[in-house]
Amino acid sequence: MNRHISEQFDEELQSARQLMMEMGGLLEQQLSNARDALFSQQSEKAMHVIETEKRINGLEKELDEHCIQIIARRQPAASDLRMMISVLRASSDLERIGDEAKRIARTALKIANQALPDDRYAEIESLMTGVEAMVARALDAFARSDVDSALANIAADADIDRRYKTITERLVQDMQRHPDTLDLSMSMIWVARALERIGDHAKNICEYVVYLARGEDVRHTRNPTANN
Amino acid sequence: MTTSNGGAADTSSIQDQSTSLKVLDWSLYYGASQALKSISLDIPQRKVTAFIGPSGCGKSTLLRCFNRMNDLIDDVSVDGHILLEGQDIHAPEVNVAQLRRRVGMVFQRPNPFPKSIFENVAYGLRIQGGVPRGELEDRVEWSLKMAALWDEVKDRLKESALGLSGGQQQRLVIARAVAVQPSVLLLDEPASALDPISTLKIEELIHQLKDNYTIVIVTHNMQQAARVSDLTAFLYLGELIEFAATEQIFTNPSKKRTEDYITGRYG
Repeated sequence: MNRHISEQFDEELQSARQLMMEMGGLLEQQLSNARDALFSQQSEKAMHVIETEKRINGLEKELDEHCIQIIARRQPAASDLRMMISVLRASSDLERIGDEAKRIARTALKIANQALPDDRYAEIESLMTGVEAMVARALDAFARSDVDSALANIAADADIDRRYKTITERLVQDMQRHPDTLDLSMSMIWVARALERIGDHAKNICEYVVYLARGEDVRHTRNPTANN
Repeated sequence: MTTSNGGAADTSSIQDQSTSLKVLDWSLYYGASQALKSISLDIPQRKVTAFIGPSGCGKSTLLRCFNRMNDLIDDVSVDGHILLEGQDIHAPEVNVAQLRRRVGMVFQRPNPFPKSIFENVAYGLRIQGGVPRGELEDRVEWSLKMAALWDEVKDRLKESALGLSGGQQQRLVIARAVAVQPSVLLLDEPASALDPISTLKIEELIHQLKDNYTIVIVTHNMQQAARVSDLTAFLYLGELIEFAATEQIFTNPSKKRTEDYITGRYG
């Protein structure tokens, strides 16, 4: 993409992108810390996640305000307009990913004193790793306007949803088999739910990448494909 | 001006019913220099079509072809066809004065005559002749209403048009143009000399006029093109680069050159 005649405009767009990437980088840390907090029972990391969530909320507001200023002052068109719309939408999904990370950290604190039965939650930990990778790929696809990667990631969300379903079914069985750990199973159901939602948000971000790069709205579309 | 197309085109059979102006392989030269390069496009009836592009891209030149204003310039030659409702406007039997009655034009600077408001609007009707005195008053009122100016001037129709504000003068000129009931209105940067409020009034007027007229507007103000037009044509160095629905041009143009221009990038 060529530079704008107004260098100032280029800088404004660049700083919107940077703010979004800063937010994304912070979220990747949040998810990794939330995973350690939950599965390695490191409470200090859970506290850190809860504390850091405020910064993410602040970044969301800062990013929104920045985009609103660009829209008001520059009246962006075409790819610039699509960039603003995509960043605004993505910032809202990122903020919600932050909320889910906090939810997981809260759960970690709640169950910090309970012994986790060996291997019973390995599938959830693996789901979490998968979701983290999905968020990382979504951010990367956004940064590079990479439609192919975005579309692959959108398709991958179906796998996350399938695994989520299997895990919740297993957890319901656990509740019947091990009434002594009923609370724990319940908590883990909420964790799995949070992960499934994070996957949805990552998928949303990938849909914005397609809009950003191609001007095509693939939300609520079954199996969007690379047709351009 | 010389034309090399020598008569009416036999392309009228392919004329789409909803097309007002059909431009076919149209080129224009100032001497040896080619200002318009084989342009083809269909301008639909009762829609607003905007021409955008950098200075010197040929957008005003193309607009002026539609009522043969370029005939007035020495050393201009043209090639191709322009059909108005299926008829080649350069056909030998076409009377240019009649053509200009069907294709009205409004310029960048309002150019009312130094006469009364009433006489400005009545002027074209008087020239045209055949409009009885009683009907003349009705037609002036109707035209001023069409131009959204009636309420502001109805009590001072006999006062000089030169006493009106710039925005009012521009709407008066539009009233004068619609008085003779043309089918096409050409607007050459109609709001570029006006303040923002007057500009919005002109834009609102354009929106209302398209119910009855085919409107072609040249504008340097891209936001204005985005606001008022249904279709946008982007011209660059005499070529038509892209012609599409305005919503597409401003959100997802298909040509990189269009994208660079409307996003303010170096092309």
